[in-house]
Amino acid sequence: MSVLELRDVHRIHGAGETAVNALNGISLTVAPGELVAVMGPSGSGKSTLLNLCGGLDSPTSGQVLVDGTSLQSLSRKQLAAWRRKRIGYVFQNLNLIASLTAAENVALPLDLDGVRKSRRQAEIALSEVDLDGYADRFPDEMSGGQQQRVAIARALIGERRLVLADEPTGALDSRTGETVLRLLRSKVDAGAAAVLVTHDARHAAWADRVVFLRDGAVVDVSSRDQPEELLSTP
Amino acid sequence: MSVKHGLLALLERGPMYGYQLRVAFDSATGGTWPLNIGQVYTTLSRLERDDLVAALPENEGQRPYEITPGGRDELRKWFATPVQRGDRPRDEVAIKLALAITTPGVDVAKVVMTQRTATMRTLQEYTRLKTQPGDLPWLLVLDAMIFQAEAELRWLDHCEASLLRYEPRPVPAATDVEVPR
Repeated sequence: MSVLELRDVHRIHGAGETAVNALNGISLTVAPGELVAVMGPSGSGKSTLLNLCGGLDSPTSGQVLVDGTSLQSLSRKQLAAWRRKRIGYVFQNLNLIASLTAAENVALPLDLDGVRKSRRQAEIALSEVDLDGYADRFPDEMSGGQQQRVAIARALIGERRLVLADEPTGALDSRTGETVLRLLRSKVDAGAAAVLVTHDARHAAWADRVVFLRDGAVVDVSSRDQPEELLSTP
Repeated sequence: MSVKHGLLALLERGPMYGYQLRVAFDSATGGTWPLNIGQVYTTLSRLERDDLVAALPENEGQRPYEITPGGRDELRKWFATPVQRGDRPRDEVAIKLALAITTPGVDVAKVVMTQRTATMRTLQEYTRLKTQPGDLPWLLVLDAMIFQAEAELRWLDHCEASLLRYEPRPVPAATDVEVPR
């Protein structure tokens, strides 16, 4: 079963003459172990799409399903709990809480749900992103790349299998950005599903599928599941 | 780059015979520029004629070659001289697109989209190769191809945006083109 499914999703901002069709009938599925990148010019609907996938916004028509459950069928309270348990976010501006340590930031979604031994789980999640020994550091004691890895650890802690990443490498240099993408890729290869919004083709190329949006519609899809290899490693 | 300079660079490591040079060239370029053995021997003959390499006595049926002082000078000059843009092959994609715009009945947006999908696939394939272990020279060649594909994608996005604002001017018919005398 797909982790994420969008069925003919439309999103219209505003009403009447000033209405803007942000998304026009998007259908998309993301399976476990699949990384889908979304590209497109400014105003093409990328961020609207990601917000809908994460239940931060609701479609005007159509359905968004996560693990088979329609997000529109949930009350606001249920949706908040669903998001916390099932969906991880990685943003360009990290959104780490400055007054919490790396482990506390990572454990926060679990703490909000009253999960016991959250500290231990956070340490394991930090270890998985090669940040052993950084658990008690505060964000301002870490580099940009390390902070982004904390954000990814937070996004994937617990049972969550869907990661939504919005320009996660935006503030990082080329090499550190690649490290973050490698990490996201390895998490997806281990069974997570992810949607990555990016304007950078080199980063999108880590995805299994690249969806191009224009004016709220999918205009093109590039998939890497080709039988032949273009080049061989010497 | 010419095969000539590639072989000189490899011979700077020490004497090699034709087959060894072909294998070493393949390894150095990550298989991106396959050479056949005929090209290797033809180039070696020219290098020997120009006193840039010298043939050594045959050893078990194979004739190794070594770089000469003249060859070493030539190699240093090559490394010290930047590659000019004009020395590179013409960009077929750019030429195709330019012609598509002025050819009646061609859906230019479709040409851009088709190329973008293909280039994106190529970029995905190169990126997949990055997940495999490799030596630094190979990884740098791979990075070069990745950055070139990325540049083409950015240019195609630019073309797509430009096409949306494009108002074609009348194209002169073949009979209107003035033939230089």
